[in-house]
Amino acid sequence: MSHNGHPHPATFEIRVLRQDAPEEPSYWERHRLDWEPDLNITSCLQRIAAHPETTAGKPVAPVAYECNCLEEVCGSCTMLINGRTRQACSALVDKLLEDNSTEIELRPMSKFPVIRDLLVNRRRLFRALEKVKAWIPVDGYYDLGPGPRQSPEEQQQEYPLSQCMSCGCCLEACPQYTRLEVTHREGETEEALAGRERALYDQGFLGAHAISQVILFNTHPTGRLNADERTDVLMEEGGLQVCGNAQNCVAVCPKNIPLTTSIGRAGRATTLRAIKKWFDR
Amino acid sequence: MARQRVIVVGGGLAGLAATMKLAELGIDVDLMSLTPVKRSHSVCAQGGINSVNDVTRQQGDTEWLHFDDTVYGGDFLQHQPPVKEMTEWGPRIIDLMDRLGVPFNRTPEGFRDQRRFGGTLFKRTAFAGATTGQQLLYSLDEQVRRWEVAGKVTKYEFWDFLAPILDPQGVCRGCVAQDLVTMEIRAFRADAVIVGSGGCGLIYGRSTMSMACTGSAASRCYRAGAKYANGEFIQVHPTAIPGADKLRLMSESARGEGGRVWVPRRPQDPRPPRQIPESERYYFLEERYPKYGNLVPRDIATREIFNVCTREGLSVEAQRLAVYLDLTHIPRQILDIKLGGILEIYEKFQGVDPREVPMKIFPAVHYSMGGLWVDYEKSGSGGLNVGSPRNQQTNIPGLYAIGECDYQYHGANRLGANSLLSCIFSGLVVAPGVANRLESLHGGAAADQPASLYELAREDHQQAHQKLLRRSGGGENPYLLHQELGHVMTKAATVVRYNNELREAYDTVCELQSRVDKCSLSDTGNWTNQNVVFTKSLRDMFPLGRVILKGALQRDECRGAHFKPDFSMPGVEGKEPAERRRLAEAWCDRFEENTRKWLKSTVATHTADGEPALGYEDVDTSLMPPRPRLYGLIGAEVIEEAWKARAANKAAAANGNASGKGSPPAGPAANAGA
Repeated sequence: MSHNGHPHPATFEIRVLRQDAPEEPSYWERHRLDWEPDLNITSCLQRIAAHPETTAGKPVAPVAYECNCLEEVCGSCTMLINGRTRQACSALVDKLLEDNSTEIELRPMSKFPVIRDLLVNRRRLFRALEKVKAWIPVDGYYDLGPGPRQSPEEQQQEYPLSQCMSCGCCLEACPQYTRLEVTHREGETEEALAGRERALYDQGFLGAHAISQVILFNTHPTGRLNADERTDVLMEEGGLQVCGNAQNCVAVCPKNIPLTTSIGRAGRATTLRAIKKWFDR
Repeated sequence: MARQRVIVVGGGLAGLAATMKLAELGIDVDLMSLTPVKRSHSVCAQGGINSVNDVTRQQGDTEWLHFDDTVYGGDFLQHQPPVKEMTEWGPRIIDLMDRLGVPFNRTPEGFRDQRRFGGTLFKRTAFAGATTGQQLLYSLDEQVRRWEVAGKVTKYEFWDFLAPILDPQGVCRGCVAQDLVTMEIRAFRADAVIVGSGGCGLIYGRSTMSMACTGSAASRCYRAGAKYANGEFIQVHPTAIPGADKLRLMSESARGEGGRVWVPRRPQDPRPPRQIPESERYYFLEERYPKYGNLVPRDIATREIFNVCTREGLSVEAQRLAVYLDLTHIPRQILDIKLGGILEIYEKFQGVDPREVPMKIFPAVHYSMGGLWVDYEKSGSGGLNVGSPRNQQTNIPGLYAIGECDYQYHGANRLGANSLLSCIFSGLVVAPGVANRLESLHGGAAADQPASLYELAREDHQQAHQKLLRRSGGGENPYLLHQELGHVMTKAATVVRYNNELREAYDTVCELQSRVDKCSLSDTGNWTNQNVVFTKSLRDMFPLGRVILKGALQRDECRGAHFKPDFSMPGVEGKEPAERRRLAEAWCDRFEENTRKWLKSTVATHTADGEPALGYEDVDTSLMPPRPRLYGLIGAEVIEEAWKARAANKAAAANGNASGKGSPPAGPAANAGA
């Protein structure tokens, strides 16, 4: 069949790696969908939710997944699509069918604990932002006039780093970022679980996204006043030294953030900081 | 006294601004959101944020003129004191966001750069690339994270607000919410609940809004007794990219740079667009509006594109409504320089190069001007008494609304780049009022309320939830019902509205609502059950859908985004000067009569049988008297002349009575607002 002169199949299959809950086994499931123009992976998941049955005709629960903006600016819908980490909203079915015209494979991100199906727990990612103090420590929110003046060059250096939407693609692709998972204990509250989770995360690698945020805030004229605090975090357990320079992060970043440039700058900053600390002893 | 807490529902710009300010005031906040707050819908705003600035000020701009543009753009349907206060805070809000690290674009000298937006003559809009909303949200998110580390803020992300908890006196004492992962339902104590849950675009099926914009939190407050105002005012953007899952915005600048809108004269001509010869193309905007061509005002462009597809049946596709927005006659290199960013968005989501193939676009629901009714306390100078617990409070004591889900700032139509300002402003201004409420709380703190109040509320929702899970045999599919609802709402209550269609749509929506109670769930488990969560939010779309439709049906006039051809006021066509003047006077008489009748907020109250009871409240126009919006109207000059003479007479009469308000005079009636 064809649409606007382009051939396409009448139907295609989505193969989803499902998991009913944490600690449950995962399993593959197939769903057959009719081809339509302008489908992306999000709309496929919406169609599966509306008619949740497998190719074999077995009724199932809808596939759980996360989404919000559908414009690739919120970072919610990251998953593995045909093995590649990316957002479901900007993954177009016609493009995917060019590679394999019969089937598209969906898996949850592998570096984060699965909550259900394609939905994963990315709290570790936000915990890293807390750890590196990724904010401007302003005096308060009363009127104190404008912020510092900045050159357009400085703004153009900051802006790309500030577009990080915490999607986790860089972490999924990183060989040094290994999966850390806390399992729920009998009778444990959600809050207690989150506390244990935080303690574990703080031992793991921060990841490229958080290192890049350190550079963002250490570049800002006000943020720079506390640069040492953030740089010191990069020198702790799970810090910059864990980076193996695989450079996968920059290759998969959907926002083309120069993550390896940030890592390079962070390397210089930690070296200088180490020397300064040594002299200050 | 026990430690007091505040719950903020929604972590977009408004919710985060409120949370950050409350924390600074020493108040503990529980911040609840459907999604991690950094992923809220505010990230989608591209253009910028308006305020007077040092440059425009020297060109004659003032806070007063920003106020005037806002109320004029909103067709005078908003109470003026809160708008005045907002525009006065504008410059300070931009300064604050600047200090928080928002990477605003810079001038060569290092100052913040500004651009011009619709509805004003000044370059008032500060921007950060093409992602201003994202950048503003991130700085607030960072500040709130800082407070979270400091222990002042506790986040409940992936939690769904189910209802406010009211004590026997009708005071809000907390809320019930559900964990979207574990499905636990919990009652939270709070001394104030602030709802900043955004717009309700999903009632229309697909819109430019994010998937969290179901309106369910606002609807749950409405069902609990909070009033909902001006629901019928829904902004539709003329050019969006129709997608299978959502409608994505295509900036007006595509037409600004020479884009031409057309459809094939033969309905659903199957040929590729570039093979259709000029003579067989219908450039309907250029033909119908030779003077403005493709750059007619937004509302006119929206209506014409809508009509050509629906009433005239000339959509380029049979299955879907769309027209061509064609840039292919413009050289590639020019397109890349001027429109690079937005063309990339089209390419990314459509997989088609708009430099080679005309884009397919259609209007899309974009913003809810209406929302939860909120109060304010007017100051002596005509603004707000900052610190009054009444500011942003709904009619339920202790329940507040801020951001897109309140109705307060945009009247009948919102100006571009004013929403980011209203969201941050309402978030900041609610905080001192809530702090004062906590100081003088009648009947004790939430912590002192009897446990039974919370346990009963939780139990009610737990039972309703279990019942929903166990229900079998209804056979209705919530996702298909949602599509039907969206279809009905989009057809009847967007761009062009007719009473017979609205009446019919109202009946259909009521019928769909009765079917929602027969939904069968495809997932009956109690772990991360998105099926049951969606069904609940769908159920709560209907009450607001009915408010929108009934409000639109009853409002027999045209105002801002609400357009009824049967009640429009055509311009003045006469040739003789005397006749023209007479017709203009008649036009002004009719305008004044319409103002007396319809310059009122629609206020809906939920009743036991689900029927919204509509009332109408006077609008505070004490600062700036209403005047007609004449842009694009035939005979605008002569109407304006007649109107100015009337206004001058009135002013003279008022001065004679020595009751001048001390406000600067009104600007010209027909400035280029669209």
